[in-house]
Amino acid sequence: MNGVHDMGGMHGMGPIRQEKNEPVFHEPWESRVFAMYIALGAWRKWNIDAARHSRELIRPAEYLRMTYYEKWFAGQVELLVKSGLVTTAEIESGAPAAGTGKATPPLTPDKITAAMLANRINASRNVPVAPRFQAGQRVRARNINPVGHTRLPRYARGKVGMVDRDHGVFVFPDTNAHFLGEKPQHVYSVRFAARELWGEQASQKDSVYLDMWDDYLDPA
Amino acid sequence: MTTNRRDFLTTAATAVGAAMTPDLNQAHQHDHEHQAVPSDLALRVKALESLLVEKGLVDRAALDTLIDAYEHKIGPRNGARIVARAWADPAYKQRLLTNADAAIAELGYGGQQGERMLVVENTPQVHNLVVCTLCSCYPWAVLGLPPVWYKSAPYRSRSVIDPRGVLREFGLDLPADIEVRVWDSTAELRYLVLPERPADTAHLNEAQLAALVTRDSMVGVAKVAPPQAGVSL
Repeated sequence: MNGVHDMGGMHGMGPIRQEKNEPVFHEPWESRVFAMYIALGAWRKWNIDAARHSRELIRPAEYLRMTYYEKWFAGQVELLVKSGLVTTAEIESGAPAAGTGKATPPLTPDKITAAMLANRINASRNVPVAPRFQAGQRVRARNINPVGHTRLPRYARGKVGMVDRDHGVFVFPDTNAHFLGEKPQHVYSVRFAARELWGEQASQKDSVYLDMWDDYLDPA
Repeated sequence: MTTNRRDFLTTAATAVGAAMTPDLNQAHQHDHEHQAVPSDLALRVKALESLLVEKGLVDRAALDTLIDAYEHKIGPRNGARIVARAWADPAYKQRLLTNADAAIAELGYGGQQGERMLVVENTPQVHNLVVCTLCSCYPWAVLGLPPVWYKSAPYRSRSVIDPRGVLREFGLDLPADIEVRVWDSTAELRYLVLPERPADTAHLNEAQLAALVTRDSMVGVAKVAPPQAGVSL
């Protein structure tokens, strides 16, 4: 969707605020939102793409105003209700619906190992899908404007780049975010010259690399 | 509390698109003032957690374990060890640049089924910078959770259109003849910058080298400074 989350190239967002000795979390509630998101993911009721999309659906003015974990919290509530893990009635009453049994949480402390955390997002697929492009080939990013989730930023649409390398086969976010299938396909690192993206104001030496799925590209 | 909790959760349920109190945002703008009274949002989060625990959807001890892992175990020191090993061992550096997942796993980080890692090398001719313009993708396994600035609108919007201006804001003024490569993390591949080894470090061992490596240098917004004269490592 052409949302405000797709920020690459926008002006006027102000200076970058750095913080010395920044803590991992600024407030305890931020850490709880973070941990709930990971723990609830173990129910496998949604996927990383659907979770990202839940935050993209936050209205633009709110998206820009909210702090990071506020957005996570808003997206989390959306995912819980949409997935049926929590009903609107339960949200409204603040308590489990009468007569519902207590579930068993799938994520317990003993399961939280370094390997589990490192392997949380698993989007690559070991399936034989033929690549449509190869390294060194010129490609044009498609000018698509889907109303749903996409990982093709607006600033690259219609632009010509060069395939730098083939990363292999991955789940396609545009369908996966909406539970329409994984549609596994090749992802490439595509190099776009800064001048192709931004015109003569950009340095002739510079470039931006984006990871692009087969469905985002045409030969150029 | 029951009435309050209902109100909090109702507000949370409509948060997508609804107005929320701006207090925390203000706190961020003003260098994280700490509030004496729990914020409305903190209470809403607490209410949701209570509901999820009551329903058996999350295990409270698991939440504590996750928080402890990201506060104390997974952070930029992991990445610094990888960088130091690459500086000290040319064969390791070669493996890191050609098959980052396997090379990172050698040091006990990352995983073979998770996000794939790519390591991009800074040289006297090339400077790499990592961003996620669409959200906040960041190599958690080797750098931990990202700082606020990395997730902020100013960094996400400008890194791709004006990387040199962004770098100047971080105090790094790159000469025009250096090539800047920006990596926008649009897929499940995560990028780690291998910074240049600073001068005057030939006498340092791997642990001493790792102590020089900063988080910012591995995102590409800074260089690694040489050891300061007079500072014993």
